[in-house]
Amino acid sequence: MLAKRIIPCLDVTAGRVVKGINFVGLRDAGDPVEIARKYNDQGADELTFLDITASSDQRDLILGIIESVAAQVFIPLTVGGGVRKVEDVRRLLNAGADKISINTSAVQNPQLVFEASNKHGAQCIVVAIDAKQTSPGKWEVFTHGGRNATGLDAIEWARKVEQLGAGEILLTSMDRDGTKSGFDLGLTRGVSDAVGIPVIASGGVGSLEDLADGVTKGHADAVLAASIFHYGEFTVRQAKECMARRGIEVRL
Amino acid sequence: MSGATGGTTRDVVAVVDYGMGNLRSAAKAMEKVAPDAKVVISADPDFIRRADRVIFPGQGAMPDCMREMTASGLREAVLEAAANKPFLGICVGMQMLFDWSAEGDTPGLGIFKGKVQRFGRDMHAADGSRLKVPHMGWNEVHHDRAHPLWKGVPDDDRYYFVHSFYPQPENSQESVGSADYGVHFTCAVARDNIFGVQFHPEKSHFAGLTLFSNFASWNP
Repeated sequence: MLAKRIIPCLDVTAGRVVKGINFVGLRDAGDPVEIARKYNDQGADELTFLDITASSDQRDLILGIIESVAAQVFIPLTVGGGVRKVEDVRRLLNAGADKISINTSAVQNPQLVFEASNKHGAQCIVVAIDAKQTSPGKWEVFTHGGRNATGLDAIEWARKVEQLGAGEILLTSMDRDGTKSGFDLGLTRGVSDAVGIPVIASGGVGSLEDLADGVTKGHADAVLAASIFHYGEFTVRQAKECMARRGIEVRL
Repeated sequence: MSGATGGTTRDVVAVVDYGMGNLRSAAKAMEKVAPDAKVVISADPDFIRRADRVIFPGQGAMPDCMREMTASGLREAVLEAAANKPFLGICVGMQMLFDWSAEGDTPGLGIFKGKVQRFGRDMHAADGSRLKVPHMGWNEVHHDRAHPLWKGVPDDDRYYFVHSFYPQPENSQESVGSADYGVHFTCAVARDNIFGVQFHPEKSHFAGLTLFSNFASWNP
């Protein structure tokens, strides 16, 4: 049976993996290969690297990180942040990324999702959706790291990107991100049930039970978390053991 | 890591580059398990003809892959390699070995008899939950038959999959591995010097590296 996935997320800026919340108090988290290896050893099913570099001229530095991680850690790697052109997708794939996550640019230029999927295959195109609740049962898509409202309904947008050729959705609740109060399960379930492609739940994980809830109550196919793993509160293995106790199929 | 220790020192391994997708990961995985081998990503038909072993990856859409194969002039070299040397097809690289794919109604290389079909659009698990397509993640691979490339890999160990299409070999003897996702499907095929997998051994950690290691020392 297919296992539900646990995906640690790593922030990268100017070619370094960093830890910090909302860009405040960023500090170097160590060697990217070592960090990737640590999560791999703990049983991470994939790794996601999010490039939070502010200036575009330093963004290429992530290519070096992906190259060195991909040469030594043999699990799937997703890279997101600042992807604007099909050429960006190609270069990240050639560096060793398996999937490319597109967020703001997908809203600004939906054709990018279509073209990238057509060229490289739906399996490597992830559309990241950042959403905020606007009324009961309604969520709006935000871009630019949550700063810009788009007027798009999150569930409608998810259906749209599936049609455009996305192979997966990385869904983040802006309301829950950083709160450690658990996923927005209504949002997660709403999007996951609306599309036929896998959905990764993100934003708000504070406990291992939250991860399990994302699958059992949110119907997510995979769960992503950053801080609970980075600060050593829990290992990926502990998370999987918790999910297994909850009857969820995991790779142990 | 379990499994064999690698090929002979001077083995040359060609990773066929016909212009589709990331070939680095497969090359790096091979280098990792066979440090003395010379692993080269190559678009040169003569180099592929001279190589001791050939890895044939594939990513993206089958129509594009077949078109690039022909356009690159590598088709004959790949057919020759598949006829006489240890040959590992991965994902779309494996699908291309079949007669035909439902993806874009595309003829393949016809090395294996059979078709490549798409997963259904409305599949459900036993618990009623919807099975999403692509089939993405770590699934158990059942060894339908013993094979040297399974050495050191437990039956039903997990490999990483990401695909919407899967092969249906006409000759069931050629199915050496299978998995379940809505349907029971073939995910590894083999005949003589050819081994093909639907999953990604280059992304499947220990199980995948063991398979590469076995391939490095396989003398069919």
